[in-house]
Amino acid sequence: MIDHAARAKTFVEDEVRLHWHDKAVWFVRQKRDLARAVLPEWEELRTLASQIKAHTLSRLADYLEEFEKKALAAGAQVHWARDADEHNLIVHGLLQARGVTRLVKSKSMLTEDCGLNPYLEARGIEVVDTDLGERIVQFRHEPPSHIVMPAIHLRKEEIGVLFHERLGTPVGLADPRALTEAARQHLRAKFLGAQAGLTGVNFAIASTGGVVVCTNEGNADLGTALPPLHIACMGVEKLVPGPRELGVFLRLLARSATGQAITTYTSHYHGPRPGAELHIVIVDHGRSGILARKEFRRALQCIRCGACLNTCPVYRHSGGHSYGVAVAGPIGSVLAPHLDAKKNAGLPFASTLCGSCTDVCPVRIDLHHQLLLWRGELAARGLVPLGKRFVSRVGRWVLLRTWAYRLFGKLARIFAPLLPRSGWTRQRELPPMPRESFRAQWRNRAGPR
Amino acid sequence: MPARDDILRALRAAEVPPLPRPDLSAVAGIRYDDLRERFAKSVVEAGGRCAVVLQGSVASALLQIPEYAAATKIASLVPGIGNLDLTAVKDPHELAEVDFCVLPAELGVAENGACWITDHGRANRAVCFLAQHLAIVVQASSLVHNLHEAYARLELPARGFSMWLSGPSKTADIEQSLVIGAHGARSCTVLVTS
Ligand code: SF4
Repeated sequence: MIDHAARAKTFVEDEVRLHWHDKAVWFVRQKRDLARAVLPEWEELRTLASQIKAHTLSRLADYLEEFEKKALAAGAQVHWARDADEHNLIVHGLLQARGVTRLVKSKSMLTEDCGLNPYLEARGIEVVDTDLGERIVQFRHEPPSHIVMPAIHLRKEEIGVLFHERLGTPVGLADPRALTEAARQHLRAKFLGAQAGLTGVNFAIASTGGVVVCTNEGNADLGTALPPLHIACMGVEKLVPGPRELGVFLRLLARSATGQAITTYTSHYHGPRPGAELHIVIVDHGRSGILARKEFRRALQCIRCGACLNTCPVYRHSGGHSYGVAVAGPIGSVLAPHLDAKKNAGLPFASTLCGSCTDVCPVRIDLHHQLLLWRGELAARGLVPLGKRFVSRVGRWVLLRTWAYRLFGKLARIFAPLLPRSGWTRQRELPPMPRESFRAQWRNRAGPR
Repeated sequence: MPARDDILRALRAAEVPPLPRPDLSAVAGIRYDDLRERFAKSVVEAGGRCAVVLQGSVASALLQIPEYAAATKIASLVPGIGNLDLTAVKDPHELAEVDFCVLPAELGVAENGACWITDHGRANRAVCFLAQHLAIVVQASSLVHNLHEAYARLELPARGFSMWLSGPSKTADIEQSLVIGAHGARSCTVLVTS
């Protein structure tokens, strides 16, 4: 089982880095707040977006059929994959049949989830992640720590050292501009030499058969405009009914993600360019299972904006790698147990249940509620560690009895400061304990009632 | 059973109760008093530059752009400009050395500074991304307030490529510092013509 607190240990021990990370991520949340503040219709948009997704999910199979029909008519080819293995097999098959050994890739959490890169690399294909942040973590042989900002956990000096080793930049160079320029030159050559480009999909338009990809760097566009083969991989839940609905999501996505009004490039692909091929791979990989679960299906509305990560106090103070799954943060903790409840049973507990994620989510997913639901379900399925179960049992017993509650309050005021600290509390100072209980303070308070 | 049917069957078996499709025709979205001013501001916020061409030609306005004046290889989808014959390009890789590219836009959106660019099914859209610098030409009468209005007006091509383009290519992947010129254009100037 993934023990989030244990995995976060090293991250939490470096206090300077921890506070820097917290601030860097919170800064993005603040930019989102500014972008939201200038749109009077923001809350209405969130409601609309949520309703559109709920509607689409309520007849997803129909929309997928419509999408497939239109995509084929536009000249694309459509493939279906039940799970990660089928997905990887299809992608590899397409590449192998065309003798591709050099692939450029733009960001796709789906392929990350499916483990596509190692799968292809093991079969002799060079896979180059072209998003700057993704290239950085790929050089380091580690997964992205954030779904929108993959290298948010790294300092520029570390990237400088890395680029010196990998790209031959001068020793000590840590200026983001100069480092980005070095990456630009390096990746230009990769784009020009690639035999195929693979992208994720932000939205798929049912009524037109188009797929939409959003980036700021332009890497998806370069990767698909040069080589003769474009593979676009999407989860079944990426559908929107039509272009007008797409407009609603585009207004929300970048504002929620980085505080921009829109991403630099929002590319609509309808079929391949002349003389090239476009293959769309539609993947289930557990999604139909989530759809079947009434209390959890809203999680499929997610547009992967990352806002719930940026606002989450636990994410900000533990870093994305502590989650041990491709998608970190609140949405990751809600989705991961569906795929493997046993392995990911710890994740729904990596939350304070403060509800901030639910407040910022542009498609109004009830994230903190789902985290709580998971806790109950995991406990009922016996997947919660004994210690945690014991503490919850005691807690429940105490909270149901007034006398026990009072007694435990008194004991806690005396003994809590003496208890050893572990898990998240390891680096924490306890506030001084009050001498009297709240009840006593209330009874003795001065002034009129 | 093939994967396709299996997936569709599983999705139908989830038996999600039908929910209505929200009516978007009533959604107006934000509107601005001065469309052109707001559009220009949004372009700047997206890292671009915006100039209004009141009199004179686009060609002379382009010469005011330092990157254009310094460019040797200029591609253009606006007729009468540039020194590269895009129709003669067989392989997009030939466009790797393009210094400047001029693109016509069908719409400009005030709320975000994005311009609607389509390739009309041509093979060489790579030039939009390979060029070191960009200029976009959009008519003042083609400015709309927001994306709702834009998509209500737009006709998505049944086949081909189209995009919203706002400002130059950028990244903030290193310590959240904004750097202009990630993989695509290093600068983007929008010319609004009347
Ligand atoms: S759950 Fe909501 S806030 Fe989190 S990434 Fe998805 S859409 Fe964004």
